[in-house]
Amino acid sequence: MSGPLDQLIRRHWWAAVAALCRLTGDLGAAEDAVQDACVVALERWPVTGVPANALGWLIGVARHKAVDRLRREAIRGAKEAASMRELDLDGSGLGPDAAPEPADPLSLVFLCCHPALDASVRVALTLRSVCGLSTAEIAAAFLVPEETMAKRLVRAKAKIREARIPFRVPGRAELPERLGAVLRVIYVLFTEGHMASRGDALVRGDLCDTAIWMARGVADLLPGEPEAMGLLALLLLTDARRAARTDDLGELVLLEDQDRGRWDRDMIAEGEAVLEAALRLGRPGPYQLHAAIAACHSTAPSAEATDWRQIALLYGELIRYEPTPVAEANRAVAVAMAEGPAAGLVILDALAHHPQLQRWAQLHIARAELLRRLGRDHEAAAAYRAALDLEPAAASRSFVTRRIRELAGG
Amino acid sequence: MKYMLLLNRTADALPEPGTPELDRINQEYAAAVAAMGRAGVLIDCAPLAAGSSTTTVRVRDGETIITDGPSAEIKEQLGGYTIIECADLDEALKWAAIIPAARDASVEVRPIVATQAPV
Repeated sequence: MSGPLDQLIRRHWWAAVAALCRLTGDLGAAEDAVQDACVVALERWPVTGVPANALGWLIGVARHKAVDRLRREAIRGAKEAASMRELDLDGSGLGPDAAPEPADPLSLVFLCCHPALDASVRVALTLRSVCGLSTAEIAAAFLVPEETMAKRLVRAKAKIREARIPFRVPGRAELPERLGAVLRVIYVLFTEGHMASRGDALVRGDLCDTAIWMARGVADLLPGEPEAMGLLALLLLTDARRAARTDDLGELVLLEDQDRGRWDRDMIAEGEAVLEAALRLGRPGPYQLHAAIAACHSTAPSAEATDWRQIALLYGELIRYEPTPVAEANRAVAVAMAEGPAAGLVILDALAHHPQLQRWAQLHIARAELLRRLGRDHEAAAAYRAALDLEPAAASRSFVTRRIRELAGG
Repeated sequence: MKYMLLLNRTADALPEPGTPELDRINQEYAAAVAAMGRAGVLIDCAPLAAGSSTTTVRVRDGETIITDGPSAEIKEQLGGYTIIECADLDEALKWAAIIPAARDASVEVRPIVATQAPV
């Protein structure tokens, strides 16, 4: 999808699928019906103009399409016939003149991110059902054949139906746990876009845009949840640097070398405002801390003026929530900037013995950078080569290759 | 003495609904169940939904861990069963989490397929 009409339809996709899911009780049927309605819209709207209530129009047409489909399928079994009767008789939702209600967009997100679904399929299902990406687009994002992705999505939707995974926003007691899974899916989506782990492009702007759009939607729907706001702030503050993160050849530009004039100031201001609002709620959490760290970078007038001491402190705080080697590695980099490369290297060297982390190219790159600053060129080159052996994304690969060449050239 | 018979199958894929293959299989099942019914040995029976619609629940240190699919732990073996009726999966998962097996090993939550009462 690309034209303005396509974009308009995609913007309404989430709410339309949610409304149909509420009406039909079946995610697969809801998507099929909305898809049908979109096809009709693309045929008619160029002629008739876009209706004043485009979402209501889409839901109304999709509802009829859902009934049509069920009627066609009804000949196949009594079960479908029963669900068709429910649809036909439910006057509040499905009568031809009933005002369609764009219900429960958030329920759809919680459905797609349910812990009973495999973590990897949650992201794909969210892209399909919430963001309206086609199976082909999602397959391309995951670098798998379209047929493989189609099967995964069909299996996930079959499980939702057969195991009766509920379509609702969890109650207060469950919310913290369940919201975490939703925020995680959005974060993974953004990270994959921001630093593509596969493929030749380093940044996939479409995935970043989609993640921000979802984060905004979730934060709007749950205004009292500081972590939802924290995630939105984090994504805005990070994505504001997108234009400066790669050079004309598509190669990675380190934060310190970026042209800060190319950062999106409006986006940074919005991110800061959202973060401040979140912090005022007085319930800190990992996404707010990540956002605060991103804010330290995005608001520093120059690389030299970055408050690394504050960043190191924030990472120290973050480790209380995320006691992961990755957080520790990031703290090490901040410590190196605040107190000198030797102090950071001590932390990274300890981490480098971790067998799992030896497979993490970024750790080798970080070590190599510190070794280079300390003038230990030989060890630096070895660490860069270790990173290269792990086959990082193309843009990181060419950055590392350049560094090795520089070191070899003296 | 009561026995629970576990009907294993090799793959999730059954023949398509409406095909002669599936009709034949269903007739064979119906015949077997009818025979057990006539003999007075049948207590309850039902097919289970595809293994891919299973959810596994474990409780570790008081925290409920939910994963998609059946338990992949070879050391675990079936030690009993419980049939419950709930509004949706979330409710079933809550009940699964209070079963001691969820702490020691795992509890698989697998939908039972609604069918006409046997016999």
